[in-house]
Amino acid sequence: MILTAHDLVVRLGDRTILHGVDLRLETGEFVGLIGPNGAGKSTLLRALAGTLPRRGTLVLEDRPLAGYSVRERARRIGYLAQDRHVAWPLTVTEVVGLGRLPHRAPFSRESDADRLAVARALRITRLEDLAGRRADALSGGEVARMLLARLIAQETPVLLADEPVAGLDPAHQLATMQVFADFARAGHTVFASLHDLTLAARWCHRLVLMAGGRIVAQGPPETVLTPERIAEIYGIEARVDRNADGLIVVPLRLVGHHHKEAT
Amino acid sequence: MSRLSFPALLALLAILVAALFVGSLLIGPSDLGIGRALAALFVDDGAATLVMREIRLPRAILGVCVGATLGLSGAVLQGWLRNPLADAGVLGIGSSAALGAVVAIVSGLAYLSPLALPLSALAGAGLAAILVFALAGRGEGGDSLILAGVAVASLTSALTALTLNLSANPFATLEIVFWTMGSLGDRSLDHVALALPFMAIGWLLLAGVGRSLDAMTLGAETASSLGLRLGRIRAIILFSTAAAVGGATAVTGVVGFVGLVVPHVLRPLVGSRPSRLMAASALGGAALLTMADLTVRLILPSRDLKLGVVTAIVGAPFFFRLILHERRRLMR
Repeated sequence: MILTAHDLVVRLGDRTILHGVDLRLETGEFVGLIGPNGAGKSTLLRALAGTLPRRGTLVLEDRPLAGYSVRERARRIGYLAQDRHVAWPLTVTEVVGLGRLPHRAPFSRESDADRLAVARALRITRLEDLAGRRADALSGGEVARMLLARLIAQETPVLLADEPVAGLDPAHQLATMQVFADFARAGHTVFASLHDLTLAARWCHRLVLMAGGRIVAQGPPETVLTPERIAEIYGIEARVDRNADGLIVVPLRLVGHHHKEAT
Repeated sequence: MSRLSFPALLALLAILVAALFVGSLLIGPSDLGIGRALAALFVDDGAATLVMREIRLPRAILGVCVGATLGLSGAVLQGWLRNPLADAGVLGIGSSAALGAVVAIVSGLAYLSPLALPLSALAGAGLAAILVFALAGRGEGGDSLILAGVAVASLTSALTALTLNLSANPFATLEIVFWTMGSLGDRSLDHVALALPFMAIGWLLLAGVGRSLDAMTLGAETASSLGLRLGRIRAIILFSTAAAVGGATAVTGVVGFVGLVVPHVLRPLVGSRPSRLMAASALGGAALLTMADLTVRLILPSRDLKLGVVTAIVGAPFFFRLILHERRRLMR
């Protein structure tokens, strides 16, 4: 599914967080959203998920997003929040099953399709053995996988994820990126914010770089992640190398203003 | 860990409530035999029928319905606010109903008709809900709701104190003190008829929010992305709680701790799932309140022990336990 934003503006209180963002996410594309803290990445994802009051136009498959009911929207756009707090110790299966809510009529029982979707999500995230475990008995990485499985169980053509690999060990970071890459290959539209530039460059087809509530660059990783632009936007000196499977970005030291502050 | 299945738990609680309801009908100062007492409910038997229909039946019905209201609303508010310390009290509904009652007593309206006081209390609860709704704004966060509730509760408590302070009627203070202790005694079927529609409307509306509470387990943002209209659900929860708890409080006075303790005790038995906790807490609240009312009648029947005092005495230790448990969990 194609999701486009035109002149997207989000104001929270009297602050403008997004200043007119234009973006197009294609079917089968894995797009990485990068940028410094406070650039507006989370706000952009939430606005695309339809959960924030916004101005401007969002279009999903030739129809304005505002024209979808919230349930129709939730069957098409899934959103994985950065906040991983689970309020009550439900079991892993129950939490993953929450992803099925948009598919279930009020007061209806779980259908076979619901059970299959949950089982598939547990399999993809390798959580089958923990299916009956309570959420408060999981490690941080297991909680992250459980919430990823919740997103998968929602079975939406569009997947939005806010820092899905934050706090994960390298193996789980790679496994998570692999899951998203597989979904993109299967025809889903994937848009995820990331802080690890190497990970973003090697796995995403395209990168969108934000700063100060605006998109400042987008395109293939090698055109977005130049040392000059990294210095300008992040205020760091970085070494950008390339090997057979893509870029390697190593942050080296602070530059300019940041550097003076530090010394 | 093997655990009672959910339907079995509900069945057990329902049987408990039914048994306590019958017990509530059978226990009282008039010495009626079991057979005669129950028969008098249906067939006219002079004084026995009067006792059963006018005194014990309203009391038993109110015990079950008010208890269910408090248990259900506690479960819903805890689920929505993701906070095990929430109950209808945090929305200021009890204290504003008390203000309505005080106004009725001090103004003398309460002496004109037995229903003037409950109606005034109900109006107080309704106004509080509107004020909380207006104060909390359109945001979806639970914090703004709690802050608005606490603000309204403080304001109404202060106004209650001011009214009593300035009142020329020395009995008003005594009456309001008793009213805030809560009681099911000396209530008639008129009281039931006044409160029941409000409670029933509240139950029906709240019955539809279970799924939303489950989704809120993952936070407001995720719940919203799952297709919940948070602003609408919050309004439903606030106004249904105000109707149900306002109606209940209007006829019984303030009965604390039931809404806090019952969901807390039953949560582990339903696997912590908020939607399941609702039905269980409604039954559990009905059982607890009826049990407390029986306790009031069996212990010190001559001293007119108040219901709210008993629930607070039973409830406070649970509160301590909850805090200690939370503290251990946070320190881990």
